[in-house]
Amino acid sequence: MRAKFFLPLVLFAGLVAVFLFGLRLDPSRVPSPLLDRPVPAFALPDLEGGEDGLKTADFLGGPTLVNFFASWCLPCLVEHPLLLRLGHEGRVRIFGVAYKDKPEDTARWLAERGNPYDRIGVDRTGRAAIEWGVYGVPESYLVDGEGRIRWKHVGVLTPEVWEEDFLPRLEGVGK
Amino acid sequence: MKGFIVALFLVLVWPAFAIGPDEMLEDPALEARAREIGKELRCLVCQNQSIDDSDAELARDLRVLIRERLKRGDTNAEAIAFVVARYGDYVLLRPPVKPSTYLLWLGPLLILLAGGFGLGLYLRRRKQAALEVQALSPEEERRIQNILDRHR
Amino acid sequence: MIPEIGHYALVLALFAAGTQAILGLFGTARKDAYWALATGPTASTLFLFLAIAFLALTHAFVVSDFSVWTVANYSHSAKPLLYKLTGVWGNHEGSMLLWVFILAIYGQAIVSFGKKLPPVLRAGALGVLGLLAAGFLLFILFTSNPFLRLDPAPQDGRGFNPLLQDPGLAFHPPFLYLGYVGFAAAFAFAIAGLLEGKIDGAWARRVRPWVLVAWSFLTIGIGLGSWWAYYELGWGGFWFWDPVENASLLPWLAGTALLHSIGVVEKRGALKSWVVLLAILAFSLSLIGTFLVRSGVLVSVHAFATDPARGVFILGLLAVAIGGSLALFAWRAPKLKAEGSFAPISREGGLLLNNLLLVTAAASVFLGTLYPLLLDTLSGEKVSVGPPFFNATVLPLLMPLLLAMGIGPFLPWKKADAMPVLRRLWIAGIVALAAAGAAAALGSGKSPLALLGLWLAAWLFAGTFFLVLERLRLFRLPWKESFRRLRGLPADFLGMAIAHGGIAVLAAGVTAATLWQTEKILAMTPGESVTIAGYDLRFEGVELVAGPNYEAERATFHAEKNGKPVATLTPERRYYPIERQWTTEAAIYTTGFADLYTVIGEQARADGPRTVRLYHNPLAPWIWIGALLAALGGGVSLVGRGRGRRPPKAARGKA
Repeated sequence: MRAKFFLPLVLFAGLVAVFLFGLRLDPSRVPSPLLDRPVPAFALPDLEGGEDGLKTADFLGGPTLVNFFASWCLPCLVEHPLLLRLGHEGRVRIFGVAYKDKPEDTARWLAERGNPYDRIGVDRTGRAAIEWGVYGVPESYLVDGEGRIRWKHVGVLTPEVWEEDFLPRLEGVGK
Repeated sequence: MKGFIVALFLVLVWPAFAIGPDEMLEDPALEARAREIGKELRCLVCQNQSIDDSDAELARDLRVLIRERLKRGDTNAEAIAFVVARYGDYVLLRPPVKPSTYLLWLGPLLILLAGGFGLGLYLRRRKQAALEVQALSPEEERRIQNILDRHR
Repeated sequence: MIPEIGHYALVLALFAAGTQAILGLFGTARKDAYWALATGPTASTLFLFLAIAFLALTHAFVVSDFSVWTVANYSHSAKPLLYKLTGVWGNHEGSMLLWVFILAIYGQAIVSFGKKLPPVLRAGALGVLGLLAAGFLLFILFTSNPFLRLDPAPQDGRGFNPLLQDPGLAFHPPFLYLGYVGFAAAFAFAIAGLLEGKIDGAWARRVRPWVLVAWSFLTIGIGLGSWWAYYELGWGGFWFWDPVENASLLPWLAGTALLHSIGVVEKRGALKSWVVLLAILAFSLSLIGTFLVRSGVLVSVHAFATDPARGVFILGLLAVAIGGSLALFAWRAPKLKAEGSFAPISREGGLLLNNLLLVTAAASVFLGTLYPLLLDTLSGEKVSVGPPFFNATVLPLLMPLLLAMGIGPFLPWKKADAMPVLRRLWIAGIVALAAAGAAAALGSGKSPLALLGLWLAAWLFAGTFFLVLERLRLFRLPWKESFRRLRGLPADFLGMAIAHGGIAVLAAGVTAATLWQTEKILAMTPGESVTIAGYDLRFEGVELVAGPNYEAERATFHAEKNGKPVATLTPERRYYPIERQWTTEAAIYTTGFADLYTVIGEQARADGPRTVRLYHNPLAPWIWIGALLAALGGGVSLVGRGRGRRPPKAARGKA
């Protein structure tokens, strides 16, 4: 009978436990429902407006890092050196999607800072980005050789994120 | 530092202007449906706002997208499903009923029932106590009056 | 120099608070009046030191001392004086200082107004407050020092979120905190009562004023916040179920339940342990609200300052304060002896139903607010719980509550007969139906939900009105006699009637403003006119004006009704160059029965049309009038308590 007086305490203890775990979670991290699904159907022009941009079929044949970026995006500057380094290392193909950016701005930006991308698609309307479930730039995806999305990172791609989240998965799918 | 970058990235544009006249559809019935859908979907970059209320670019893109889909003959559910397929259940301000949300949806009812049950038990006991309690003797009445007076 | 004095005062305040806690709690544990009496001076000392600290920070903001980190980050020399002042609590550090300062104000109030309290109870309460103050002072000193210096000091500050540069929001936090922290007083008395093992009618009579104070302030605080959101955020809504709004609503719901059931302890001696639990709950929810805002565990538009280290510290405080009090509750509450038997249909029964509905509503809001966090913790799954959920679960609980509120006050204590009460109330039901029907005919009333909501509001209003009439015996006794009775009405009764009337007004406002809102979103060029809800609105154009620390585009609209000019509305879009932020300032013309609400947006092209949003919000002003009335009712009830004794006859009236 006295047990009922302990009920509030027990419930509260549970709450504290949830809070304690909750503090370590990042509430702005949202998982993508597209993980382990094929790359969405899309086709984008290249920087000159030609057809040699980026489309779904391009992802077959090897692991790819897909990076959504823009010349107006300040955080993109932060991750740019890492992308250049990865491009030099050549362990993975890097595809870029220029999000809501004028092609001439993108081109100038890349000319000034170096171009890490093997292919670039120009997404002026942001429609392709919606197909990918992108909600801002920068965002990066890892796609395996069969064209399946394996990982998604929202925000700046740092060396730590690359080593912890991308590299192990790249090794898993890269053979 | 990480927090700073995230803050840069998720620029909160808050006093939103939300939906504008240039986006709206000619057909009032279709537009009303689009507004309804817009209020059900969460704006991802501004947190806790619906895309209907939000000024963010992405919210605007999604509003336009939904209107296009409605014009092409999508039902409300189909238009919503299109967005959910890309952004996940997270975008739904009304969480879908599924095993992991049973507790959420049934919670209020369970609490009400449990509370009502406890209340019923309590009232029964109080009522029994009422029957068992005997009338106060004049002596007790007098003592209570004394105590009450003292606390005034 | 002055910031150092403030910092030093904070350290001294920590010692005062610690002393107060030790003296108070030991005094209570040993039931030693000598120790107990010493808590008075310590509470005054704490108050003094915190006043010094608070004034020191205010000074730094007023003179724009940018060598202080908080000033440099949240102020600017070009800011109007009012917002320099309110900038003090417009940031994490300063708001925490305000929090603990208000706690000390309550301590001082207990010392000043509680001279007649039994020394042991008073000491216990002050001891608990001292412990809380010590905890929060540690938190401030170790993680959120508002007096941190910057070297070198910047030339000027980084400015202040322009959204907060607004009179409505300027005074929202102090009222909210007066409410939150006010529940700390009730909580402290509950803990003291548990420690002493004495929870009885006398205890309830002493604690109820503090609950009333807290409740009234919180009501005003929430009302102000909602009013601000209404005119500042620019889309005519007034409640968004945002986690931070929910965090303020939770203690309000629990506090409302407490306010109603503490009367049962006072008058009947029943429900003791329940009331103690509610007192703990109301304050715990205030604390959890603070935690949610400060820690960033929940994503909210308001949660600017998110810092896990602070989160862990506050969580620790929470665990000690709430966990400790709930453990004490589990240990001591079983020993509280229930008295006062009653039948299910009685005033007590009605109040319990009220408590059931309020607590269930609070639990639903709590569940919805925390569910995303819960699910993320347990399975990593992300969900959003937004307005559709809360509207679907909370509103169905509040509707029967309104229904019950119309009946409850008619029921006598102990045992009631439902039939005579209902027989007396059928007129109220009919009157309400007529009123709701008339309103629906006037309004754009197609929705049955609007009719239901308005009926409930009118029912509550009519029921409350009849209750007063009956007390006065108006029309049955001569006028003079009725008037004499009006003056003799007990303050509690009058306060209750005003508060219930206020809730009725609020309910009508919420219903009409939500369901009958007319909205027009359009692109207008100067000279164009548009008709909305019977008003002809002519858009005259947009001019540029300069404010003290912003530039604004100001539009002018002339509103006419039936060809007669009624108002000129000048909504603005302001740009704050220092903060590099835009805000929208709605212009509202109100008749008291409806608001004509105008906002302007951007111009797509330089000479192109201007985006304009127009709203007609029927009964919207009633939302805040109602909230104000409710708080006023609390005040009346409070002030009247000190004013002489009620006539014993009225207290045991048969009505």
